[in-house]
Amino acid sequence: MAPLLEIKGLKTHFSTDDGMLQAVDGVDIAINKGETLCVVGESGCGKTVTAMSILKLIAMPPGRIVQGQILFEGRDLVPLTSHELDDIRAKDIGFIFQEPMTSLNPVLTVGEQVAESLRRHEGLSKKDALARTVEMFKLVQIPNAAGRVHDYPHQFSGGMRQRVMIAMALACKPKLVIADEPTTALDVTIQAQILDLLQDMKDRFGMAVMLITHAMGVVAETAQRVVVMYAGKVVEEADVDSLFENPRHPYTQGLIRSIPRIDLDSANKTRLEAIGGSVPILINPAPGCRFAPRCRYAFDRCAAEEPLLREVAPGHRMACHLGEKQEAVA
Amino acid sequence: MSQYVLRRLLIAVPSLLGISLVLYIVLALAPGDPFSELATNPNVPPEVAAALRAKFGLDDPIYLRYLHWLAAMVQGDWGFSFVSRMNVDTLILQRLPTTLYVIGSAQILALLIAIPVGVYAATRPYSIFDQIANTFAFIGFSLPTFFTGLLFILVFSITLDWLPFVYSSDIKATGIRWLFEQIRQAIMPVMVLGLFQAASMTRFVRSAMLDVIRLDYVTTARAKGLGQPRVIVKHAMRNAMIPVVTLVALQMPAVFGGAIVTEQIFRIPGIGSLLISSILSNDTPVVMAVTFVFACLVVLFNLIADILYGWLDPRISFR
Repeated sequence: MAPLLEIKGLKTHFSTDDGMLQAVDGVDIAINKGETLCVVGESGCGKTVTAMSILKLIAMPPGRIVQGQILFEGRDLVPLTSHELDDIRAKDIGFIFQEPMTSLNPVLTVGEQVAESLRRHEGLSKKDALARTVEMFKLVQIPNAAGRVHDYPHQFSGGMRQRVMIAMALACKPKLVIADEPTTALDVTIQAQILDLLQDMKDRFGMAVMLITHAMGVVAETAQRVVVMYAGKVVEEADVDSLFENPRHPYTQGLIRSIPRIDLDSANKTRLEAIGGSVPILINPAPGCRFAPRCRYAFDRCAAEEPLLREVAPGHRMACHLGEKQEAVA
Repeated sequence: MSQYVLRRLLIAVPSLLGISLVLYIVLALAPGDPFSELATNPNVPPEVAAALRAKFGLDDPIYLRYLHWLAAMVQGDWGFSFVSRMNVDTLILQRLPTTLYVIGSAQILALLIAIPVGVYAATRPYSIFDQIANTFAFIGFSLPTFFTGLLFILVFSITLDWLPFVYSSDIKATGIRWLFEQIRQAIMPVMVLGLFQAASMTRFVRSAMLDVIRLDYVTTARAKGLGQPRVIVKHAMRNAMIPVVTLVALQMPAVFGGAIVTEQIFRIPGIGSLLISSILSNDTPVVMAVTFVFACLVVLFNLIADILYGWLDPRISFR
């Protein structure tokens, strides 16, 4: 079965005063119908730009999709104009943003902001759209839904605003919801509630979810499949169990080791590991593996030749020379 | 809401009192008064002049004179113009509509140019349209109105002979013809004032829009597939208009000031030229009343700005 969304060799670059910033440089991601896919990586690895490229929500200029295909139900979205994409936005692909505090328009009521996508895509009257909005608010468990649709964003807490954002993204029952770090700006208890709510909504509507996050804990709880990104490239892709049990890429291993654990007894407790160094600047990056400067296993070939994504086990792909070396030795 | 307006109007009373006091003192300190002419007139004996001064209370201490003026003012007696030989309030009411007509049209013209041009330029920053708009705006507010005014007169009245360059208060025509003439003679002053205002406003609208257009909620609106025009007008513009309202309202005093110059150039019989001529002829009651009317208009426009804020931005409540 063809995947719902298939990103092939996507390159999104930004022109800056210092040169071309290769924020996303050859990314392949596929999402099947009804699947939850997590995209993980640290800040600046290109997760958000990848997601924003799908609906062309990046600022163009300076951003530009230089290469690649984004196939949604077999149709390439890259050549479409922003105007043509308007029929897909919110209707087929919903978007939940990272910052609930700034993602809602302060001068319009929340109800109006949810209702307007219903009116745009389903041609509902003002009254019907508002009624549907109230229903959506009830679904996302906003108390006193019928009254709160007339309130403005500043009258809501962060968690409630994110519920509004979820209602907005789901209002037109899209086939895919892209959630860009939906819980990062919220405090921990609210994070859990929002993730539960997303899971609930997914069970109810059966849409696919592309969840972008930097928290491995969130990945373990929600994902079926995981894509690990580093410096604008996919470095590893696997289903969630094999990724946590058998991480192949040194970067993924580092990410997993950096999760604090409470299941170890005090005798076995060790200092939490961190990955040294920071994400490289993606203007004219050096050839070879982009993780090599921070990699404890790096050897000569890593600096010279870029590792390509290859299958190391069924459904498990990664991009590292290391595995090949070990396999060659073995 | 009406309670808010009422309270704002009540707050305006002390500030207007303060303004009138300062105006009165400054004018009292200024050299010359309505009777200074009598003193130099050989036909008026000095004792008659002195008797007149005493009769009109000009030799009283300043606080007494101020209280007299205030008491009369509150009762609707704005004084008498010795130069025009008529009541000051009649004089002002004769002149004010012309000024409001010209300034009002100029402001409307400025907004009609500045908002669309500024918004469109902001949606395509650094495009050719944006650069041309910026260049014109820069030229526009670099040229003072007294220069553009004369230039317009030279081109449109003298060279091309399309428009009259002296504003006439009594047009000898009726009906549609009168309206036509009224519009025709206002074109140049309105263009001069309006374009000058439009130039600085365009740049302001553009930067206000640029600030808003890259905010998260505009991206949210885009992600809903609403289409560019709707995203810009409904989501970005309404937010960008909040600082623009401030600018327009706070610029009103400067607009009235600029109108004084423009009125002089085009001989518009408005309140500004009345102010100039009464200053030159030492017609103190008129100067006092006109400056006070300006002060009232400024206070009024500030109130209008505050009400517009509340309408544009629900986070501001009228309490």
